[in-house]
Amino acid sequence: MAEITLQDIIKPENLVYQKTKLMTDKTLSYCPGCGHGTAHRLIMEVIEELGKENDTIGVAPVGCSVLAYEFMNVDMQEAAHGRAPAVATAIKRLWPGKVVFSYQGDGDLAAIGTAETIHACNRGERIVMVFINNGIYGMTGGQMAPTTLPNMKTATSPYGRDIDMMGNPLKMTELVSYLPGTYFVTRQAVHTPAAVRKAKRALRMAFQNQIDGKPGVSFVEIVSNCNSGWKMEPVQANTWMEENMFPFYQLGDIKVDGKLIDR
Amino acid sequence: MGELRLMKGNEALAEAAIRAGVDGYFGYPITPQSEVIEYLMSEKPHERTGMVVLQAESEVASINMLYGGGGTGKKVMTSSSSPGISLMQEGLSYLAGAEIPCVVANVVRGGPGLGDIQPAQSDYFQSVKGGGHGDYRLFVIAPASVQEMSDFVPLAFDVAFKYRIPSLIVSDGLIGQMMEKVELFDPIPRLTDEEVIARYPWATNGKPKGKERRILTSLDLDPHKMERHNWALQEKYKLIEENETRFELIGCDDAEYIIVAYGSSSRIAQKSIQLARKKGIKVGLLRLITLWPFPKKPIEEFVKNGIKGFLTVEMSAGQMIEDVKLVVEGRAKVEHFGRYGGVIHSPEEVLEALEQKLIGG
Ligand SMILES: Cc1ncc(C[n+]2csc(CCOP(=O)(O)OP(=O)(O)O)c2C)c(N)n1
Ligand code: SF4
Ligand SMILES: [Mg+2]
Repeated sequence: MAEITLQDIIKPENLVYQKTKLMTDKTLSYCPGCGHGTAHRLIMEVIEELGKENDTIGVAPVGCSVLAYEFMNVDMQEAAHGRAPAVATAIKRLWPGKVVFSYQGDGDLAAIGTAETIHACNRGERIVMVFINNGIYGMTGGQMAPTTLPNMKTATSPYGRDIDMMGNPLKMTELVSYLPGTYFVTRQAVHTPAAVRKAKRALRMAFQNQIDGKPGVSFVEIVSNCNSGWKMEPVQANTWMEENMFPFYQLGDIKVDGKLIDR
Repeated sequence: MGELRLMKGNEALAEAAIRAGVDGYFGYPITPQSEVIEYLMSEKPHERTGMVVLQAESEVASINMLYGGGGTGKKVMTSSSSPGISLMQEGLSYLAGAEIPCVVANVVRGGPGLGDIQPAQSDYFQSVKGGGHGDYRLFVIAPASVQEMSDFVPLAFDVAFKYRIPSLIVSDGLIGQMMEKVELFDPIPRLTDEEVIARYPWATNGKPKGKERRILTSLDLDPHKMERHNWALQEKYKLIEENETRFELIGCDDAEYIIVAYGSSSRIAQKSIQLARKKGIKVGLLRLITLWPFPKKPIEEFVKNGIKGFLTVEMSAGQMIEDVKLVVEGRAKVEHFGRYGGVIHSPEEVLEALEQKLIGG
């Protein structure tokens, strides 16, 4: 049998997967194992598959993903900390035919930007909001976020989050699901191939809703790791996330087609 | 001649927004300028021109809506009064950094803090010295009549788009609330989406086919690149200083003394000058139209021609006086007079101050 060379394999007909051209070739600025990069890729794949690369405007947050615009190869604006939903609101209102999404961390979306989040959701802006919940402020060095779990150690809760003193973790996604202006609300993860496939399906539904002119926000939370902030190895961080984050932040759809799911 | 109407300053501003072809107005109510959004809502601009009007959840949201909308090349505008404008300072800094055009109107009221709802000019520092963080400028223009509340809207947009800079219209509760005759300009049609795309290649409204995508950001983690960005901003500001400075001289030809004022104070000062002339005091008025760029040249001219002194008149504890002094550099006497905290000075008070502080002193 003739020896098979690499050249024989690299042929268009053998192609099963390739990097979306909507991700730039820039090296991701994220820590190895971080979920941000995977989340970026999924959004870009969905936009490419929906044929919307020339009709999309994305809004990046302040947080580790502040440089999302370096990696996502579509028109992008970088918003002030927490204000992405207001920025996206105006873009969509002025260009109703375009696809508009915001991308935010938990500090950005659920602390400093709470008002913008709630009101964009309550007004029923026809945008996609992607929410990366890693339970911590990754960018600024691992301080407590509104989403930090009880007893979880961070730079500003060094002995663990004391609920009496520091308050409770905030389930922003459940909260917005009760608002009449949200059309699709789901919580996903991107730490395993199965989770990635589900998250991508959710993102596709979110963007499809917008393209179809469905009334309201499509809100996709992705529970993600922050191995640097959590001070863990990447694999250990994923295990910790499954054991601690997922029981508190339950994965799955919360609201579909404007109706709350009985969970 | 354009259509004549008797209107409040705030209404004239709102009507001008519709006529100037504004695509989006985003605002939050606050006295003494709530008539702006009330007027807009009652006029149904979405039917008249297709303009979007949205009541935001806060001034923080409004200014960030301007960032988003302005960043797509659309004409966007907001208005507020002092406390609301304070909330917008972070957003203005981002708009300046990312070079996004927009128009913001401040109908100033007394402060600090919640202050009151009466007219004041105590937001001068905030308007022209930054307000937000970083080395940036806004194009700041001060109407002195209801007519100018209308006329300065298209002008503020022209400058904003020409230089990709936020424009700030600074009036006060007096001009916002008073009614005067106004000749409205003929409506300027809104640009179509295609025109916006063709005219503003920097705008983020969907990556053009076969071309590079656009990014609007105020961030660069490389300090040297950030310094270069700052240099470019400063070059632009220099150009604006050269081309866009505006002022008006009233009765200055034979003047021995000059009152420097803007907005409402300049209206009051005109009366003071008449009173002074009756007493044989030769005083003229330098009325600032742009607050930034600051009209340095006329002040320099007055000093060179041996003016005896300047009286700055503003409804503040003395803010604009600092910029006058920076030009005068000790070569002539510069004094300040003004009532503030929402109190409006009378023409007689101004004359008295002129006599006591400059002439008698
Ligand atoms: C007005 C303002 N306050 C504070 C900061 C500092 N800051 C930058 S990112 C950040 C938190 C980001 O956390 P998160 O949104 O959870 O994003 P992550 O990095 O975890 O993805 C903070 C507090 C800022 N840039 N602007
Ligand atoms: S600090 Fe955390 S969120 Fe930021 S890149 Fe690293 S792992 Fe990701
Ligand atoms: Mg976070």
